[in-house]
Amino acid sequence: MGFLKRKRNGLDAPGIPDGLWMKCAACQQTVYRPEVEENMHVCPACGHHYRIGSRQRLELLMDPGSFQETGTNLKTVDPLGFRVGEETYMDRLERAREESGLRDALLTGFAAIEGFRIAVGVMESAFIMASMGSVLGEKFCRLVRDAIREKVPLVVFAASGGARMQEGILALMQMAKTADAVREINDAGLPYISVLTDPTSGGVLASFAGLGDIILAEPGAYIGFAGTRLIEGALKVKLPEGFQRAEYQFENGFIDQIVKRTEMRPFLARLLRCLSPQSARAALSSKEADAASDAPPGADTE
Amino acid sequence: MAETILPFERSIYDLIEAAGRAETVEERAALLKQSEAERLRVYANLTPWERVQLARHPRRPRMLDYTNRILEDFIELHGDRVIGDDPAMVCGIGRFRGRTIFIAGQQKGVSTEEKVSRNFGMAHPWGYRKAQRVFRLAERLGHPVVTFVDTPAAHPGIEAEQRGQGFAIAESLRLCADLRVPILAVVLSEGGSGGALAIAFADRVCMFQYAVYMICPPERCAEILWRDVEKKELAAAALKVTAQDLMDLGAIDAILPEPPGGAQYDPAGAAEVLASEIDRFLEACRQGAYSVEKRREKFRRIGHWLEESL
Ligand SMILES: [Zn+2]
Repeated sequence: MGFLKRKRNGLDAPGIPDGLWMKCAACQQTVYRPEVEENMHVCPACGHHYRIGSRQRLELLMDPGSFQETGTNLKTVDPLGFRVGEETYMDRLERAREESGLRDALLTGFAAIEGFRIAVGVMESAFIMASMGSVLGEKFCRLVRDAIREKVPLVVFAASGGARMQEGILALMQMAKTADAVREINDAGLPYISVLTDPTSGGVLASFAGLGDIILAEPGAYIGFAGTRLIEGALKVKLPEGFQRAEYQFENGFIDQIVKRTEMRPFLARLLRCLSPQSARAALSSKEADAASDAPPGADTE
Repeated sequence: MAETILPFERSIYDLIEAAGRAETVEERAALLKQSEAERLRVYANLTPWERVQLARHPRRPRMLDYTNRILEDFIELHGDRVIGDDPAMVCGIGRFRGRTIFIAGQQKGVSTEEKVSRNFGMAHPWGYRKAQRVFRLAERLGHPVVTFVDTPAAHPGIEAEQRGQGFAIAESLRLCADLRVPILAVVLSEGGSGGALAIAFADRVCMFQYAVYMICPPERCAEILWRDVEKKELAAAALKVTAQDLMDLGAIDAILPEPPGGAQYDPAGAAEVLASEIDRFLEACRQGAYSVEKRREKFRRIGHWLEESL
C-alpha cells in the first residue's frame, strides 16, 4: 500500500510525521493510518478489508488472553529436496518464518469468543501465501480431533494461495486428508464454521475451507478455485470486475453471509450461541434445558 | 491420424525412416533392429519433463479405449441432475468378468472433435457432481467403484467458478472419505491437481508406469516459482511427478507396467495389465481387504513432518 505525502483534500497537514497518512489501496483516498488500525484494518472511507496477520486476527476477534496455542511441535521438512536456483525449500521456510513469525501457515489452538469456547485455526497469508503442505494438513487434522475431544465448535479463518508446490504431491494429498477431517467433525455432530478471508483459493478452498457447515466471508475477499490470471490466460478473455469476489460467490450461493471484520466477533458469538452443543441437547431434552440458557457454556462448568 | 513424434523420440524415428529408404532387405532389417534398440535406450533414460510429455502423448489409450477392451458391458449414466451433463467426466455401470463395477473417469478424447467436445478431459463442477451421484449409487447398491484419472486439471473457467469448482471438488473428497464400498483409482496418463484427486481418494491408487501425477503442471510451477515458464524442465524434476517418485513418497500403492515407449505401442497389452489389476482388486474386496477406516488412515498418514518433543 502506498504512503502519501502530507496532503489531504488539497490541504497541507504540517507536523504530522510520514506514515501517519496513507492512501487506501482500494479507494485511493488519503486516510489517517491510526484510524484504519483502530477500525480493525478496514478502510473507514470505503470499507476495504486489508489483509491482517493471524495473531492480529486472534487479538481482534477472540476474548483477550483466551488463546492457547496447540501443535507448536510440528516442524516443516523438505521431503522433495526442492530448490529454486540457489534457494532451497528450507531457506524459503526460514524466510517465511522471519516474515511472519510463525513456523508454518496455520495457527491452531483453543480460544473463546464472548465466553464461547472454540477450537480455532487461523491461516497466515504472510507465510508462503498460506499454502498448504504436510504440516498445515496435519495441524488441521489435529485441530479437528482437539475440537472433538473437548466437544467444542471449530472456527477456521481460511486464507490461501492453494497447495504448497514445494511439497509436490504430498501437498496435494493434504486436500484428501483435511476433507476427511471435516467428515470426522461432521460425524461428531459439532459445528464447523469456515470464514473465508482474502484470498482463499485452490486446494484449500477445494478441501476444508469449502466444507464449512456455515461459510462466512469478509467483504471483497478473493474466493475462487482457479486463479484469475490462469483463467484469463486459458480463455483469452478479460474477466468482469468483481469476478471471484466474496459478493460474487455469495450471489452464486456458496456463502451463507458476508460479515464485516468489525462485526465478525458479535456475529460469531450469536452463531455460537445458536450452534453450541449445549443448546442442541437442550432443544431435545428438558433436563438440559435449564443448563443451557443464553449464558456461554463455560459459565456453568468453570 | 498423423504420427505424433515427441522431440526425444526423434532418433528412433530417424532409424525407422532410414529403414524405409533402405536398398536391401538386410539393411532394412538391421536398421529396424537398431531402432528397437534405440527405443529401449531412449525410454530407459527419460527425464521427468520427457515423462510429462509422454504422459500427454495424444496417442495414449484413453479411458474409453480401456473400458471398451476390458468390460463385457458398459452402460453410461449422464447428468448431475442439477445443471447438466459433463462429457469430460464419463460415468456408468460396467460388467467386468461377470461382476458389476461402477465407473467414473475423465475422457480426454481421441479425435480433435472429441477432444474439444470433451474439453480435453477437464471436468466442470457438474462433472464432479455426476461422479458423486454415481459413487453414492454404487454405495447404496453395494458395488465397488473403479475410477480412471486422465486430466490436466479441473477446468479453469468462468462457469466453472460460478458453479463452485472448488466446492465441488471438496465435496467429492469428503464423500470419498465416507464411501462404504471399495474404490480403485488408476492414473492412466496425466493426473493433474485437485481435479485428479477428486476421483482418486481410493483404497488402492495405481499409476501406469509412464503416467505422471502432480500438484500442478510444471509450466505453471515454473511460472510461479522460477518466474519463467521456460524453466518447466527444472520444475518437472523438482515436483517429483513420476510413478516411481509417487511410490517412494508413499502417495500411491502400485505401478502398472507398460511396454517400452508406453501403452500407445501396445494398447491391448496395457488393457490386459489393467484388467489383471481390477481382477486382483475385486478379489481383495471379496477377502475384505479394504475398509473405509483403512482408506482414511492411509491418507491420514501421507505427508512428511518432524515432531519435536516439547
Ligand atoms: Zn478505502
